[in-house]
Amino acid sequence: MFERLTCMLKKEFIQTLRDPRMRFILFIIPAFQTVIFGYAVNTDVRQIKTAIYDLDNSTESRDIATRLSRSGYFQVTEHIRQEGRVRELLDRGEVKAVFRMNRGMGETLQAGRTASLQIILDGADSNTAGIVLNYAMNIAARYNEHLRVLQISRERGAAAAPEGVVLQSRAWYNDNLESSNYYVPAVIANIVLIITMLLSSMAVVREKEIGTMEQMIVTPISRGEFILGKTIPFVLIGFIDVAIITVVAYFWFGVPIRGSLPLLFAATGLFLMSSLGFGLFLSTISRTQQQAMMSSFMFIFPAMLLSGFAFPIENMPATVQWLTFLNPLRYYLVIIRSIFLKGVGFSILWPQMLGLFVLGAVILSFAVQRFRKTLT
Amino acid sequence: MNGTETGYAVTLTDLSKRFGDFVAVDRLNLQVGRGEIFGFLGPNGAGKSTTIRMLCGILPPSGGSGTVAGFDIGKDAEEIKKNIGYMSQKFSLYEDLTVEENIDFYSGIYRIPAIKKRERKEWVIEMAGLREHRSSRTAILSGGWKQRLALGCAILHEPPIIFLDEPTSGVDPISRRNFWDLIYHLAGQGVTVFVTTHYMDEAEYCDRLGLIYRGELIALGTPEELKTHQMTEEIVELFCDHPQDAMGLIEELPGVRHAALFGRGLHVVVERAAAAVPAIERKLADAGYTAVQPERIIPSLEDVFVSLIEARDRQEAPQGEFSR
Repeated sequence: MFERLTCMLKKEFIQTLRDPRMRFILFIIPAFQTVIFGYAVNTDVRQIKTAIYDLDNSTESRDIATRLSRSGYFQVTEHIRQEGRVRELLDRGEVKAVFRMNRGMGETLQAGRTASLQIILDGADSNTAGIVLNYAMNIAARYNEHLRVLQISRERGAAAAPEGVVLQSRAWYNDNLESSNYYVPAVIANIVLIITMLLSSMAVVREKEIGTMEQMIVTPISRGEFILGKTIPFVLIGFIDVAIITVVAYFWFGVPIRGSLPLLFAATGLFLMSSLGFGLFLSTISRTQQQAMMSSFMFIFPAMLLSGFAFPIENMPATVQWLTFLNPLRYYLVIIRSIFLKGVGFSILWPQMLGLFVLGAVILSFAVQRFRKTLT
Repeated sequence: MNGTETGYAVTLTDLSKRFGDFVAVDRLNLQVGRGEIFGFLGPNGAGKSTTIRMLCGILPPSGGSGTVAGFDIGKDAEEIKKNIGYMSQKFSLYEDLTVEENIDFYSGIYRIPAIKKRERKEWVIEMAGLREHRSSRTAILSGGWKQRLALGCAILHEPPIIFLDEPTSGVDPISRRNFWDLIYHLAGQGVTVFVTTHYMDEAEYCDRLGLIYRGELIALGTPEELKTHQMTEEIVELFCDHPQDAMGLIEELPGVRHAALFGRGLHVVVERAAAAVPAIERKLADAGYTAVQPERIIPSLEDVFVSLIEARDRQEAPQGEFSR
């Protein structure tokens, strides 16, 4: 009954896995990529290179400088002596921020008046600049608090200083706000997309190029048998890659896995319907492998950019946000991150799974429709 | 099987194929009997492969109809596929698979029963002379080996009809000869062979030939019939020194269509040999040639085809001149 299919599968596996370079690309590279992404795609901003231009050199200004460097966020690399150096350091990118304390800062503060602390930022990298500003404001606020407490205790005695409201922050799902916890699971989605889509986009067009497609057409193999034979191996390779990346994420980066792994694999299956469907479609309409590869990349890049992998979908213009509903990666990312970090299950993730299923079913049936057992 | 209705293995009725404005195959009519070796001849681009591809269900026809093994090529393409073997000049094997893996793959695709599988596999390996290479990758095999392995894979399921599209292109003469021995052997067992080629010596092996030119069938018959009945001109053969100079002199004579070098001598296409032979003798004797002894011969297939194609070109020449 399944003899033809078994044959196709056997042949596809031999063709895909016989070449050691191919095995390396399919199974070792994803692990490497996970490690690279885990370290490189990191939005944590720490040890920002900073210069201090202290014109006052008072107890107060030095106190602020010490607080900055002790916070862990700023790494003071230079104490500037003359004005021109500020521009030079920022121009060369040697520092991201310069703190400037004006002359008379200490005296002003002692007199109980408001003094200004200037921060000059490298705004070219707007993301980092925003974060740096945030840290600086926190440190300034804490210093103000310190001054207020000092003043009150001087007036009413040490014990009387009131604390006011202290914010107790607690980040659920990712206690230390480590970005690797956020990004590493998401690498699964990117790698599974790239690998399965490229493989399937080559699948049919390769046979067209070497002429075996013509031979297959004159055999009694059915369309269904041929397509299943072409896709099932890539489904398995997709699953194996998910497993490899999960192992690396868990053991190397200590990313927690709070949800159910079977659910992760089920969602992967749904996601593969879309990626393989689209790959197969490209393979059917392409004349050469090169064409198929180029068109795959034309799909992969926008899909990654508009997935919420790195850039939050909420920040995109409304029309683009609508467009992302057509992007299978968007749903898959939510599912992966929720399973890893939040540990939620099907009762919460069903809308995303439904989205994947609908998209996948549409794309896959379109690809199968488009595939004919004739040449044109 | 309903193939007994016609008694023919393959029939074509006004079969046509257009690619845009280009007419690749123009209303072909043809019947091929069971057990026949039918040769389909013609220059490159004449429509040979296109016709075979339509018969095998690779290309849908644009007009007309055809049957293979009694099944309609439009409606029962999938039924046809169970009854034919097809091999193209590309020798469509999976080069990254070994010889045995290729055979196993195709025998699985054709659902060859388990008990026959081993026997058929050994038959292919034996036939292709690949006993020592059964676990070699197909990519390293030479052209002749690939060709026989491809044929073996295409006929694993013992189909009653085999389509061969330029099966011997790029293969050395000895392999070609072995290949044709095999074709004869198959035809002897009652298999119908539909083969395209542009090698004239191979054409001689066929029971019947069809000449296709610019999508049209311009001659049909056994090699003998074509050589004796199809030509309106006659051929005179002669041997002499400096044949190239002699060619120029001969072509000046009235009643001579043209002359061509042929082996050591010349073949002259003439309207009537009886008139041309003495004229050529006289002309060359005047020019100082001795003992040329022109004589009328039975044309070779090559002569026939060149003459038929040139005749067809002459018919269409007036239009051709105009468009240029």
